[in-house]
Amino acid sequence: MAELLRRNGGMLADGLVDHLVLTGIAVGVGFALSLVLVLLIVRSRRLAGPIIAVAGTLYTIPSLALFAFLVPVTGLSLVSAEIGLVSYTLLILVRNILAGLDGVSPDVVEAADGMGHTRFQRLVRVELPLALPLIVAGLRIATVTTIGLVMVTAVIGQGGLGQVMLRGFSLRNWALVYASLVVMVGLAIAADLLLVLAGRLLTPWTRRRAA
Amino acid sequence: MDAIVAWFLDPANWTGSSGIPNRLVEHVVLSGLAVLAGAAIAVPLGLFIGHTGRGAVATIAVGNLGRAVPSYAMLVIFVPVLGIGFPNAFVALVLLALPPILTNTYAGMREVDRDMVEAGRGMGMREWQLLRRVELPLALPVVLAGVRVAAVQVVATATLAALVGGGALGRFIADGFAQQDRPQLVAGALLVAGLAVITERFMTLLEDRAVSPGLRGITRRPSPADLAPPAPAAWPG
Repeated sequence: MAELLRRNGGMLADGLVDHLVLTGIAVGVGFALSLVLVLLIVRSRRLAGPIIAVAGTLYTIPSLALFAFLVPVTGLSLVSAEIGLVSYTLLILVRNILAGLDGVSPDVVEAADGMGHTRFQRLVRVELPLALPLIVAGLRIATVTTIGLVMVTAVIGQGGLGQVMLRGFSLRNWALVYASLVVMVGLAIAADLLLVLAGRLLTPWTRRRAA
Repeated sequence: MDAIVAWFLDPANWTGSSGIPNRLVEHVVLSGLAVLAGAAIAVPLGLFIGHTGRGAVATIAVGNLGRAVPSYAMLVIFVPVLGIGFPNAFVALVLLALPPILTNTYAGMREVDRDMVEAGRGMGMREWQLLRRVELPLALPVVLAGVRVAAVQVVATATLAALVGGGALGRFIADGFAQQDRPQLVAGALLVAGLAVITERFMTLLEDRAVSPGLRGITRRPSPADLAPPAPAAWPG
């Protein structure tokens, strides 16, 4: 164990940092894009079907195939990896944000209107905060899923810990393979817990109600 | 584009053990067997847990654990024990198929209206009859949705088996990457994506067929969106 860390600790640490960056960009961009898509759906409900159908089809395409499609266009690059990773977050995030907004009680919406909120104010001050628990739930699923998918981007020269796993696999160095997996699962659990915590801090009223 | 068409028209790609037909058969057989085995284990287990209410916490834990271990990792973990090839891929794919089927079977059973079960009991049904004639038909759409999610995931992951020396359609993509052969790469991706979409459509059709006639029109039609992980409520804590 000590020997493994002495020889490969640096590689694992680099892989972990790359993994974090790849995941962070993917979930960040995916979340921003999903918010825009949800705003479009809120403005015009007819868009809900097509947007979710496209996101669903992207979600169905196996990751290796999606990266294979992208390489001739954007090369063995970070951009290829991120386009793929972002695509997979869309369905999860759009569905959860939408479910969160739909779950806001009509009475609350009416009260907000009665207080003279504009449509935008109502969305930002009332509806989005109330939708936060489901939004955070979506972010958790998207983050854990993305951390797993980043492993696959090793085939296009990215991959963070996936790169370490691939190297271990080709050298038949099983200790290194398992070490990269342990670090990755640890990262997934840590990220998930962090999001739970952030969700609690952002929605103090849900705790007060429970108490 | 022309190069991809040319790749598909090349007779050499249609014959032998590395031809499209053989790779497709490998992919379908491997995935099909894995999903069947997964369902054979997870459906009875989920029905038992749903009917008795015993072991629910463990079920949810298994479901979440399954999502934390990514599919690619699952294919690598057992190579030291099982070596490279069919047994390794099969075991990994069965393990991947279990969580979605188990959680959905359990969720489907939980959603069955308790009044219906009580009505059945009042009619003098035995436990076994309740399960077979009341609970199972009502839960079936959700159970099959779980099998569909598992099938699509298994077909996708069977592609990754090529990265650890396996066959199936992923071979074209893996070789395409290794040999920097773009026509083969894109053609392989087209085959794999096509198979995944067809699998999804086929399973949706199967679901529609399997819904009890009495329930048609009541249960909502499953959409591609159901492919996403189950409702966030399945994520405790």
